[in-house]
This record gives sequence, structure tokens and C-alpha cells, in this order.
Amino acid sequence: MVGQGFYIKIFKKQTQNYVSMLVAICKLLAIGMLLKQIKMKLKYILPILFLALFTVACSSDDNDDYTPPTSEVDGLQLIQELSNDTHTIELYNESGMFYTGYNNVSLRIKDNSNGQYEEDATITWMPMMQMPTMQHSCPKTNPMKASGKNTVYEGTIVYQMTNTDGSGWSLILEYTIDGMDYMVSETITVMQNDDQNVSSFMGSDDSRYIVAMVEPKDPIIGINELVVGVYKMENMMSFPVVENYMLTLDPRMPGMGNHSSPNNTNLTFNAADNMYHANLSLTMTGYWVLNLKLMNTEDEVLKGEDVTDTNEQSSLYLELEF
Amino acid sequence: MKKLFIVWSLIYSTLSFGQEALPSMEKDTTQLDEVILISQRKLSNYRQEKTLSSIDDYLEKSNRVTMIKRGNYAWEPTLSNMTSERLNVTIDGMQIFGACTDKMDPITSYVDVSNLKKVTIASGQEGTENGHCVGGAIDLQLPESKYYDFGLKSSVDVGYETNGNYRTAGLDIEYSGNKFYLNADGIFRKSDNYDAGGNQEVLYSQFQKYNVSLQGGYKLSENHQLDANVIYDKATDVGYPALPMDVSLAEALITSVTHSFENDSTFIKSWESKLYFNTITHIMDDSQRPDVPIRMDMPGWSDTYGFYSKVKMEENKHSLLFNLNGFYNRSLAEMTMYPNDSNQPLMFMYTWPDIRTLYSGIYAKDAYAISENAIVSANLRLGIQNNTIGNEVGLESLQIFYPNLTDSKNRFLMGFAADYLYKKSNYDVSFGVGYGERAPSVSEGYGFFLFNSFDNFDYIGNPYLSNEKSFQANIKANYRINDFKIGIESSYFYIMDYIIGEIDPTLSAMTIGASGVKVYTGLDHASIFDVYLNTSYNFTEKFSVNGTVGYNYGQGSNSEPLPIIKPFSYVAEVAYATSRFNAALQLEGNANQSRFSSFYGEDETPAYGVLNLNLGNVVHLKSNKLVFKYGIENILDSFYSTYADWNNIPRQGRNFYVNASFVIR
Repeated sequence: MVGQGFYIKIFKKQTQNYVSMLVAICKLLAIGMLLKQIKMKLKYILPILFLALFTVACSSDDNDDYTPPTSEVDGLQLIQELSNDTHTIELYNESGMFYTGYNNVSLRIKDNSNGQYEEDATITWMPMMQMPTMQHSCPKTNPMKASGKNTVYEGTIVYQMTNTDGSGWSLILEYTIDGMDYMVSETITVMQNDDQNVSSFMGSDDSRYIVAMVEPKDPIIGINELVVGVYKMENMMSFPVVENYMLTLDPRMPGMGNHSSPNNTNLTFNAADNMYHANLSLTMTGYWVLNLKLMNTEDEVLKGEDVTDTNEQSSLYLELEF
Repeated sequence: MKKLFIVWSLIYSTLSFGQEALPSMEKDTTQLDEVILISQRKLSNYRQEKTLSSIDDYLEKSNRVTMIKRGNYAWEPTLSNMTSERLNVTIDGMQIFGACTDKMDPITSYVDVSNLKKVTIASGQEGTENGHCVGGAIDLQLPESKYYDFGLKSSVDVGYETNGNYRTAGLDIEYSGNKFYLNADGIFRKSDNYDAGGNQEVLYSQFQKYNVSLQGGYKLSENHQLDANVIYDKATDVGYPALPMDVSLAEALITSVTHSFENDSTFIKSWESKLYFNTITHIMDDSQRPDVPIRMDMPGWSDTYGFYSKVKMEENKHSLLFNLNGFYNRSLAEMTMYPNDSNQPLMFMYTWPDIRTLYSGIYAKDAYAISENAIVSANLRLGIQNNTIGNEVGLESLQIFYPNLTDSKNRFLMGFAADYLYKKSNYDVSFGVGYGERAPSVSEGYGFFLFNSFDNFDYIGNPYLSNEKSFQANIKANYRINDFKIGIESSYFYIMDYIIGEIDPTLSAMTIGASGVKVYTGLDHASIFDVYLNTSYNFTEKFSVNGTVGYNYGQGSNSEPLPIIKPFSYVAEVAYATSRFNAALQLEGNANQSRFSSFYGEDETPAYGVLNLNLGNVVHLKSNKLVFKYGIENILDSFYSTYADWNNIPRQGRNFYVNASFVIR
């Protein structure tokens, strides 16, 4: 499956070219046959040929530039609809599913009375995990109007865990439109991601942290920009971003002698997006383990160990497959 | 005047062939000299030890050529202690590049003796007629069409060798008319595992291959002719005992169309232009190996398109040769590894990231006869080479190591040489100097985690490598008194930016079990020196002895000996030959390899000596002819390996062979 996607990526461009070439050839052939059928006089043929070439040229241009009329959620899949008496909230992302880890979520609020989408809402949300004895939330950013869009709001949620059947989570959404407050709450399904793209752990400072991978979504063989979010669990409901810590990065391939790759950098905090950024070198496709070590501003190790001959893997790691 | 011309052209032909043809034919003087020089005979000629010997066997007869062996098939030729990337190996002037990242398919493995007329070997800058090189050139020449009107002629060859149960069969059909020529030949070879000395079976040394070729020629007019040649070569089930992987397929299609003009009475004596295309598919796999750390597939492809146009002119005492040539090569290789944990996805990478090489260059040579006895000649080659990384994924892969790498790089290359030859009836002397450059090979420039089992390191290419530059000097002298002949030949190379792998301790090896990673770098300089002394004495016309001793030396500017440098070597032969029967007893060996290069992963190879006996008969049956060649190799069944045997795999033990050829008219 991975291999397939990989090849598709590579040959997509070529295929596009071939298709437009093929279309052009078909058009020329069709015109040629038409000419033959109606046995046009020679003097007409030349202009028609020019015309054919012209349309061929145009159509191949069209193919490149063509953008069909789109809805604002084009390319996104509906995850779920949350409804109350007045509104239906549509949740979207690229896969149409919630998975553990970092989730980019788009949403629209539809007025049930007229089917119009609200363009001026203020939204906060609170994902909740129901455990046997208690409940807790997770790191998130509240939905904000997506840039360049009228009806779509975007927010993020980092599910740090889930039950094996995807149950346990619910989403509480509070929003204000024209000074009126509304609320909707429904259970949602969060599936376990195949790879460990989020890690929740107790640091040596007795605080609980969550580390989640944001990028790369489509890793390449080469240098990838690795983006990771680091959050501290202040209490059951509050997970603020941890600033100015550092994570060492050591990617390894356990399936191939646990070898590493060169020219990786450590993850450092970027105040612009509140995320940690690093260069991640992946020398081949496959299963990679990103061994991490979380250090605070005093360079004390809060979690994780170096990978050595005797220690194959850090206790703090993320996984990646492509 | 005419007489002078003949003498001169004779001298010239000795110069152009005699020098390029490696002198090393001493090992087997009677058999190979003629092959290298001129003749209508094919390479598989009946004066060789074995009519069906492979090209590899054949090349190995030359002093300066050593074959690096990773198994019993597809040996890699080295010339003056330099391997294929420092050489320019061509098929009839056609550039062709192997598709294996581990050099398991030197291009000599894609042709067979049945395809060829002769092999010319040129040392150093003498060999730049077809392309740039540092060490020299090997050109495998295809036979020309013959318009002798002899009609149909065919020959059948069969061979059997006891060691490895090696079977060979060949068929050759030739038709020659006044205006039309056609030749078709095919050869099939199959061998099981061979036994080293003491009946020790060498596992994974089997191979099987066939080769078919078709050549046609048509005479357009008195001076113009058109030729077409197609060679298809396919080897399957080739074992490489020295390597962790075998080859399930090595396939080549080599095609060319040639127009040639010849006229003795015009200023332009000949003008030959060729268009060619060849494509190689090479698939390495390890499915026959029971125990590997991880299963992998490593296919590679190499396609080359090219042309050359070669003009020979003669004016007064000058003989000029111009060659304009160009080629475009595409090399792509990839590696897929199958994780032992089947839940994990496949591991994939480009080991040669679709490297496109575009070369165009021009060569000029002038040979000037100063006097009846002396000739001075000079040649020059200039060229431009562009390398482009055609694959975005490949470029991104290499950017891990070279973040600012762009996808294209141009190189300007040059080479020139000058020689002086003085020839008298009882002695001749020649000396020459030269300067040459070469671009890094695809592996050296762009290889991505190529595992070298010789030193157990993964190799990373370096696109920023400087061109390798070489100054060379060579000298050769022969002296004859009656039936005694003694000759000395020597060459010296001073190579700057000598390309070799250097350990980068910061990098982590990809291959399981590898010791680390080496990145190709240019060693400041390196020196390679060789000297050979050849002697022969003819007791009678039929009975002769000859012997050769050689010494080679190689050292880098880091004071480390270079790897794969031949130790002191010797060959001695007693031969008896009549027109119907020949016999030769040969002793061949190397001294202890004292200057081995532990720095580059070599270990010391002990001395060895082997004794060979070969015999031959020719029987005429009316107009047909039957040629028998038979003999014993490694008579004493020694267990040995040479410095050129990859990971010290042992060579063949005692081997009885017989070849039979029937020539039917």
C-alpha cells in the first residue's frame, strides 16, 4: 500500500503529461477521420488543421489550469455531524476519521432552518475522554476562521489515547453567533493510529507531558521538516504548550540493523507556531523510529535515553512509516 | 616512393596496433599476437588454448590485465592495476555501462568471443580514442563484414570441462557474397559449482548464459558500405560466492548501424560513422541464499544512446585520425528490502538516482614518420560531460548529505599524449608521456549506500568530486639476438585527486553488519608503477620457451598502499608447435602479497604457483577441418586464491578440458 502511493506520487506528473498528449492525439485523429468522411476540399483542410492544433493547444492548457467549481470543504472528508435543535456542525479532515495523535479539523456550522452556513461564529471546543474513574481532556486549539474561506473554521485536537474500539471520547462544542450562545455535545470515534505518533508520559520532574508529531504528513526520502507539538498536562482539563524546551532526535530503522541517518537536527521551539522544528533525514522508505529525549530549559533530561549498542530504543519515541 | 609508403604504413600499423595491443601477449605469444594484430579470424581462433575460452579467460592472458573475480563469471578487468571506472571499456567504440551498482556486470560479460574479432588494449592516454580514461582502454572489436564471396560457411563448437561440469556449445553461420554479408552466431554456456583445490566445492559459483548475435553488411558501392549489428546476451542464475547476493538476470541488447567509406587513393582513407543503442537490465537477488540478515532485491538499468564519426587521413608522412563522438546514458538502480517483521512496510531507496550522463567530445591523433625508423605521434581528446539527476526522489535523497546539491553538473575533460618510437631490425625502443582526466563514475558521484563487501563498508557518492587527473610516463624496449629476445616495459602514473572512499565516522551504516560508511573523496595524489621483463628463446622453429616477471607498486599520499595492486608475478612456458599439433606447459604464479592494503580492507594473499598443460590438434577432412584443444589446468590441484579474488574466494582446482570445433565449408 505504501509502495503504491509512493509510485503514484512519482508517476503522477508523467501520467498527466501522457494523458494530455493522448487527448491531443485523439483529437487530431478524430478530426482526421472527420475530414476523410466528408471529403473536404483541400483548401479547407489547412485552416481546419490549424484550428485542430489550436484547440489541442488550448485544451492541454485547459487541462492544466482547469479547476472545477468547488465547495469550501473540497478535498476533505466528512468525519461526523453534531446536531442540536438549531444547527448541524459538520466536522471534516483529510481522512474522514479521527485518529490518535495530532488532528487538523475543519468544521462548518449549518443553520438547520435555512441550510445556510454561518460565517461569523466564535467557537471553543473541549474533547473529553471518559475513563472508568475520571475524565480528562487533551491538547487542542480552538477553531478559528480558515484564511481565505467564508464558512470553514479550523482547529486542532491531539488525542493522546483511545479505547481499542474507538470509544471513550466525546466532543463538547460551545459557540456564539450574533450574541447568542449555543452548545452541542456528542460522542465521537477516535481510532488508534497504526504508528505511535503521540506519546504521553511522566517526566522526571513529575509532570505529565504529551509529545505529538504534526509533520511530515507525507514523508520523502530526503530531508523532511519534522514538526512536533509538546504539551504539559497542568490538570485534567488544561494542556498548555511547553515553550523553549528541546528534544534531541535520533531516527532509527529497527528493521535494518537499527541504523540511523545523517544530518538530523534537534527539535527546537519556534514561537511563531508554538511548535518544535527539526530536520529529519530519511534515507529510505519503511518503518522508522524517531528516538527523542526531552530536555527542559536547564538541559535536564525529562524523558528518554540515548540509543546505544545495549539500548535499542529510547523510552520516548515516535514512529513513522512510508 | 611506393615502397617507402608500404614500409611506413607497416610501421604505422605496428604503432597503432602494436602499441595499443598490449605487449603482454608473451604469456601466450603464438596464440594471441595474431589475434590482437590483424586477421580475418575471430577471437575464438583456433590458435588459442581453448577455442571456447571466455573473454575473461582471454583477457587474463595479458600481462597488464588482471581479472577481479567475485565468482566464476563476469570478471572485472583491471588494467595497470586500475579498475573499470579508471578505464574506458567499449564495444567497437560504443560506450556501454554496466547496470550493477556492485560491479557484478563488467561490460565484458555482455559479449562473448563469438561476437568479436579482436580486443585492443591500450595503456593510459593511448586509450582515449573512444573516451576519457586514466588507466587505459579496452575495446572489444566486432568483426567487419567480408565481401569475399565464399558463400556459406559454418562451424560448430562444443566444449566440456570436468571442474564444475562446464558445458559450452556454439554455432556460427556465415554467408559472404560480393555485395552482401550475413553472420549469425550463438553460444551457450552452463556451469555448476566449481571445485577449488582438494575437491572443495565453492557454493554459489554456478552460472548459465547464452549469447546470440546477428551481423549484416551491404556494399552500397565500391567504397561505401552499411553494416548493422545486434547482440543479445542473457545470463541467468549466476552465483557470486564472494558476495552476499547472486544475479537472477543480466540481460543486454546491443545494437548498432554503421556506415563506412574506404578509399586508398583519396586523402580521406576511411570514414566510419556509427549510431548505436544498448540497454542493460541487471537483477540482483538473494533468494538462493538460505541465511541472510534481510531479504533484498537490487535491480539496475542502464541505457546508452550514442554515435561516433571517425575519419582517417594520410598526407605525406602524416597519418591523421579524428573521432567525434557523443553519448547519452541513463543509469538507474534501486533497492527494496523486505523487513523480517512483515507488518512493517518495504524499505525502498534509489541507489543510483536516475543519473543522466551526456558527453560529447573530439579526438585527434597524428602520427608522423620522422624517418624510416622513427615515428612520433601525439593525440588529444577534449570533451564536455554533463550529469543530471533525473529523479526528484533521488535528488532529495542525496540532499541529505549535500543540502545545496543541484540536479545538474558540467565537467570539462581533456587528455593528451605524445609518443616516440624507434625501430631497427634487432631492437626497438619507445617512450611516451601523457596527461589525462576522467569524471567520477555514477557510483563515485551519486551512489547511495552501496555496500562493498571487499572492505565491508557502505559507500556514498560525492557529486562535488574533482576530476581525477593523471600524469603518466611509459617506456618499452625490445632487443633480439638471433633466437633470443628480451624486452622490458614499464609505466608510471602520478594521479591527482585519486578517487577513493574515506571513512566518515559520523555516518551510520545502512547495511546490516557493515563496519561503517565511506564517502568518496579525492586523495591528494597516488602513484602507480609497473615493470615487466619478457624473455623468449626459440630452440628450434618448433620448440620455444618464454618467461615474464612483473612487479607493481601503488601508494597514496596518505602513505597507505593502494588496494588491489598486483604483487610480484611470473609466468614461464615451454611450447612445442607444428601446423598440426601444439603443446605447452605453463607455470604461473604470484609471490606473497607483502604490500597489501589493510587500510582499504585488504588482507595478505600468500604466494601461489599453478601448472597448466594445453594441447591441440588440427585434423583436415577434405575441405572441412576439425580442431581439438584439450589440456589440464591447475595440474597439481593447488588450493589458492590471488590478490584479485574478492574476499579470497579460492580459484578452480584441477580441471580437464576439451574443446572441439568443426569448420564446415
